[in-house]
Amino acid sequence: MSIPADLKYVASHEWLRLEADGSVTVGITEHAQELLGDIVFVELPKVGAQLAAEEQAGVVESVKAASDVYAPIAGEILEVNAELEAAPELANSEPYAAGWFFKIKPANAADLDSLLDAAGYAKEIGA
Amino acid sequence: MTAPKRTPLFDAHVAAGAKMVDFAGWEMPIHYGSQLKEHEIVRSDAGMFDVSHMTVIDISGSDAKAWLQQLIANDVAKLPFEGKALYSGMLTEDGTVVDDLIVYLTSYGYRMVVNAGTTDKDLAWMDSHKAGFDVSLNVRRDLAMLAVQGPTAIAKVCAVKPQLADAIQSLKVFQGLPAGDWFFARTGYTGEDGLEIMIPAGEAITFFNELVAAGVAPIGLGARDTLRLEAGMNLYGHDMDETVSPLQAGMGWTIAWEPASRDFIGRKALEAQKAAGVPMKQVGLVLEGRGVLREGQKVVVEGVGEGIITSGTFSPTLKHSIAIARVPAATGDNAQVDLRGTLTAVRVVKMPFVRNGKKVFN
Repeated sequence: MSIPADLKYVASHEWLRLEADGSVTVGITEHAQELLGDIVFVELPKVGAQLAAEEQAGVVESVKAASDVYAPIAGEILEVNAELEAAPELANSEPYAAGWFFKIKPANAADLDSLLDAAGYAKEIGA
Repeated sequence: MTAPKRTPLFDAHVAAGAKMVDFAGWEMPIHYGSQLKEHEIVRSDAGMFDVSHMTVIDISGSDAKAWLQQLIANDVAKLPFEGKALYSGMLTEDGTVVDDLIVYLTSYGYRMVVNAGTTDKDLAWMDSHKAGFDVSLNVRRDLAMLAVQGPTAIAKVCAVKPQLADAIQSLKVFQGLPAGDWFFARTGYTGEDGLEIMIPAGEAITFFNELVAAGVAPIGLGARDTLRLEAGMNLYGHDMDETVSPLQAGMGWTIAWEPASRDFIGRKALEAQKAAGVPMKQVGLVLEGRGVLREGQKVVVEGVGEGIITSGTFSPTLKHSIAIARVPAATGDNAQVDLRGTLTAVRVVKMPFVRNGKKVFN
């Protein structure tokens, strides 16, 4: 089970990566994609949307189930992964790379500090 | 809570990298990596499913035929020769479905295959309707069962069993062939050609490994569900159960009304339902846009009424969602489904959705 050490996590199975420009890239974890199984549709937020922390940001549908995706921190949606919409299986095959969901401009950069680190998320999922 | 049961093929699944889950009290493979890839293999090549959790019951005794003629809604008198199979519902007195099953005519009587999750109640039901009949039931827990399905399935089984190849190739659809303690039947639950093979438990793993070597991929229960849904086939406990009439679950064709003198269990209730008018019918639904139809979602038919999705999924062959639904009898070509709070337009179609690898509905 891959849980990269350089990322932050939330208990609803999204990961966050702080980029050099201050934006934050968000995706779902390898554990999440494994629980979902083959992913067949993703619904992403609108660019420019202002989301509160834990607000619904999208939907991921696998053959097995539909699951909401949440904004792990408050902020504005800067960009969504159009490639993922066309090829949802990227969230299965490369959850931490080509399978990213959206980039968010944090309303408050310090919000990241309180989130789970890799060890905390590993404990959360019993890995 | 009792520990889940294991089939004779359990070790082979684990060795093949299966993800095992609890299914009707059995520890079964849900997939071996990707459900979508496994689905595609069965549509284009050959795959095998462990269906040993289903129950084989051998039926003998001088009244076996008469007993089955009152026990199930289809008529075993239609079976013209040994090995021929019949699909039927076993009904309650109220005309609802206790289980769906396959029954084969055999030299000693009949062989029946029933669902895993319903086995205990089925056996209790059968026992409670045996009084006055000379009939005995032998539950064959000593058999494993593999379904080998796909356009190349029969050829690959023949490659593994060359001494039986001629006999297997001569099987017609819905016909079985005993071979010693083995039984080969040209039946399945995928909409593809193939065989369901009953095997002495001790020989199952060797046969499984021989099939793998012949290019038959192990397939999990996940793909089994998407394949049968594309084929428009019912799943007990979802598309019908003891609250649903076979007339509202697409099983009308399995009821043998003639001869009128055959008083099978549930007949009177079905006749009353027909006389009163059957209010609901089973249809297929197609969602060509984004989203996935799921079991339990509400179907809204404007000006007519409401129904419910009984099975829904993403169709790997069609690349969009399909569903089986029970809707008001007056439903036409269009309906809406409550998709996570949004009423979404769907098309109402005649099933199956897919046969022999190809789309078949309009």
